[in-house]
Amino acid sequence: MLIERGGSRSFPAPHPLLDAARDHASIALLIGEDAGAALAGIDAPGRMAAILIELGTECLAVHAGEGAANILGFARFRLGDDPPSDLVELVRQGATSASSLAAAQAFLDAAGLSVALCNDIAGRIIDRLVRPYFNAALTKLDEGLATAADLDLTVRLGLGYPTGPIALLERSGLAHHFDVSAALLAAYGEPAYAPARRARVAKERKLRGKD
Amino acid sequence: MAEIATVGVAGSGTMGAGIALVAARAGFRTIVLDQSRDTLDRARRQSEGFLQRSVERGRLKAGEVERILGDTVSTTRIEDMAPCDIVIEAVFEDLAVKHAVFAKLDAVCGPHALFASNTSTLSITEIAAGSGREDRFVGMHFCLPAPLMKLVEMSPGLKTSDHSFDAAWRFCEAMGQRPVKTKDRPGFILNALLVPFNNDAIRLVETGVAEPADIDRAVQRGLGYPMGPLALIDLVGLDTQLLLCEALHGRTNDPRAACPPLVRRMIAAGYLGRKTGQGFYRYERDAMFGG
Repeated sequence: MLIERGGSRSFPAPHPLLDAARDHASIALLIGEDAGAALAGIDAPGRMAAILIELGTECLAVHAGEGAANILGFARFRLGDDPPSDLVELVRQGATSASSLAAAQAFLDAAGLSVALCNDIAGRIIDRLVRPYFNAALTKLDEGLATAADLDLTVRLGLGYPTGPIALLERSGLAHHFDVSAALLAAYGEPAYAPARRARVAKERKLRGKD
Repeated sequence: MAEIATVGVAGSGTMGAGIALVAARAGFRTIVLDQSRDTLDRARRQSEGFLQRSVERGRLKAGEVERILGDTVSTTRIEDMAPCDIVIEAVFEDLAVKHAVFAKLDAVCGPHALFASNTSTLSITEIAAGSGREDRFVGMHFCLPAPLMKLVEMSPGLKTSDHSFDAAWRFCEAMGQRPVKTKDRPGFILNALLVPFNNDAIRLVETGVAEPADIDRAVQRGLGYPMGPLALIDLVGLDTQLLLCEALHGRTNDPRAACPPLVRRMIAAGYLGRKTGQGFYRYERDAMFGG
């Protein structure tokens, strides 16, 4: 079962997973920015092996509560305007059953996606790690620690990262980084998530129609 | 300032030995200083092994091994550093220890000689203050393993002259390295970004958000990084991560740089990473890069 509610950041284009979901009798895939709202439209949800709800930065519990055994959250990691990666963060809760987890994992694996399992926290894994890193890099750029080119070159040569943080954010969208970072700041209240100045500027310019 | 012809390296641990190899490989006469003859001999054996493997892999001509080793002299006598045009220090990360080394070097090296420190966390200006030649002092932070990694973070201290920095920069390029200029700040670029990032990954494990393998997979597949943060920490060692945290947090008070309690518990349990066969992962054997 596939239910689409609004634009999906995880699947903005056709994908084998969507095809597989359409014909699947025991897996429900709910995608789109209002995916969680579609949960109410599923008849007898308890009969499904697994229901997968696409998440933004919010917790799965916002849609499913804390005690659902067969409802999981997911997001295919995507940085700003870049195309989605093949990495899916699969969100489970304490009440998630082993059989539902296995069914969800097998369903995603079969579509060629790579799964990283995590608990139900805002930002899951990657955003929890990269948003503070991006904010720190942007702040150090403002402080004149090094040029943008040298900051990027350092992490590429020193760590083998494919792209440095500044070039990566400029390519994928500083305003999007602001949105995610601000959401995590609201969730955790930790200064590391406070959007860096350049991200705030990018967001404001976007709101003013300048970019 | 005359062209640099003779390079000194103070300290022949992993980092010092690697820097000496880079200098000698590039054609500089290289003098390696250490207080321990055993450490010097071990470093020479390791360098010879590295060079032989480079020949086997077609990255170095066979005749070059003899030339490079012939250009490298090791000594336990500080007086033997007198001919050096530049000395790169790679000793223990302790300000008093570095000051003591530079004070001795200052007494024997010519006034034209540049001094450089490979410190990864200490202040270049503070080290330079005890060197006797603050205007001729630069930061040159190489990456491990130095013979394979091109990056060198170069930082001027507050009193470093432009002339000295430019000369050191040209020397770095002449060694075939790729310098990047950073300000004299704790952790420079690499460690300032990496240490807190790695701590954040450790905290995800500590708080039960995800297993190490899931975190590493997410980072590798989602961001295209060659190695996940927890596998990387296992490679460099949990004890090294602790030292980096203490140095960085002690100077910045950045909460993200504070060492997560899990690291201390793992160290207490002997889980130092690859070198003890257990870190965030279990290892069947003590293997280094690509093992």
